[in-house]
Amino acid sequence: MKDPYETLGVKRTATEKEIKEAFKKLARKFHPDLHPGDKEAEGKFKDAAGAHDLLKDKEKRRRFDAGEIDASGAERPRERFYRDFADSPPHAAQDGFANNEELEEFLARAFAGEGPRAQRTFRARGQDVSYVLPVGFLDVANGATRTITLPDGRALKVTIPEGAEDRQTLRLKEQGMPGFGGGPAGDAYVELHVEPHPYFRRKDGNIHVEVPVTLKEAVLGARIKVPTIGGPVTMTIPEGSNSGTTLRVRDRGIRNRKSGQRGHQFISLKVVLPAAEDPELIAFLKTWRPKTEQDLRKEMLS
Amino acid sequence: MIDFDDLVAAISALQRSDLEAWIHEEMVVPRQEAGALLFTEMECARVRLICTLHYELEIDVDTLPVVLSLVDQLYEARQKLRTMTAAVTAQDKSVQAAIIAAIRPDGGSSEAGKS
Repeated sequence: MKDPYETLGVKRTATEKEIKEAFKKLARKFHPDLHPGDKEAEGKFKDAAGAHDLLKDKEKRRRFDAGEIDASGAERPRERFYRDFADSPPHAAQDGFANNEELEEFLARAFAGEGPRAQRTFRARGQDVSYVLPVGFLDVANGATRTITLPDGRALKVTIPEGAEDRQTLRLKEQGMPGFGGGPAGDAYVELHVEPHPYFRRKDGNIHVEVPVTLKEAVLGARIKVPTIGGPVTMTIPEGSNSGTTLRVRDRGIRNRKSGQRGHQFISLKVVLPAAEDPELIAFLKTWRPKTEQDLRKEMLS
Repeated sequence: MIDFDDLVAAISALQRSDLEAWIHEEMVVPRQEAGALLFTEMECARVRLICTLHYELEIDVDTLPVVLSLVDQLYEARQKLRTMTAAVTAQDKSVQAAIIAAIRPDGGSSEAGKS
């Protein structure tokens, strides 16, 4: 006799309600009166009913859990099902067919290849499930793997493809709910929600980032380090670069999965004055006479 | 054969009023003899089936007749199939083989070849 918890497919900690539900499911599937001529269904129903008889009784369940009784107490006496009457051959005895086996054998030969009912009827694909997975900007930009824990405790490894888009849905084949009667599991759908990055902005395959530079770097030019999605790189700021000047760092954007080509990173410069007061700069500007006088707001005011 | 009261006593889950309703709906048809309702063994088994469907599987009282009607049709179809199969198995082996060949989707070639 099998373990009654196993027979019903419930955990040892299952509540009374869970046990009842599990039994109900099996009984609906395998009740012998709903499966005339199917010996397997009768066996399965009897096991389930026996397990249910034991586990629904609080005292018996306690004694079983404590090891005081074994599951053999759960076996049911032979019950006369409705099918034993309704499914008896009408004239079997008179016709000299003492048992049904000759008839069943003929039927089996005639309909060979059509498997037993129970398996075929209850074979079904498992349900699909969907999840939302928040991911970091850089995980998407560079690709990553994440593990999510499903409600049933299974760990599911999700490979985030390099360059995935926000709200993109990944389909994980047969990682959904298990199938019934040997049917395949459902699929798991994982929707990626990309979290914004403090510096980087993405536009298709290109990355945009604003980089602050000092007045001196802007006027005189410089070699500075700038961040990219693949780590810092050194680049040259040309002499006389203004706020808003856009520089391009080639092939430092997001790789296109189809072409293998990387996008670019665009750097927008932002000139920042010294944070602390600088007396020398002030003194210089007071005496400074620009060679060409600029009227920057002329257009706006005309 | 047992009567109404004995049946109610024999099945612990069975409610008297439910059995009355089932008889009224003709889901169960006991024999009437001298004012008493008598149940054959087969009718008792049918009552047990209805009890399982209703009390354990929680099939709604309005749905019960549908389920029972389908069950009845299933058994009736099986009876007819049996009767016909009995007629077929009474025939000569070559006739049986020809019938099997006509039924099987693959044409039953191996069976037909033997006859």
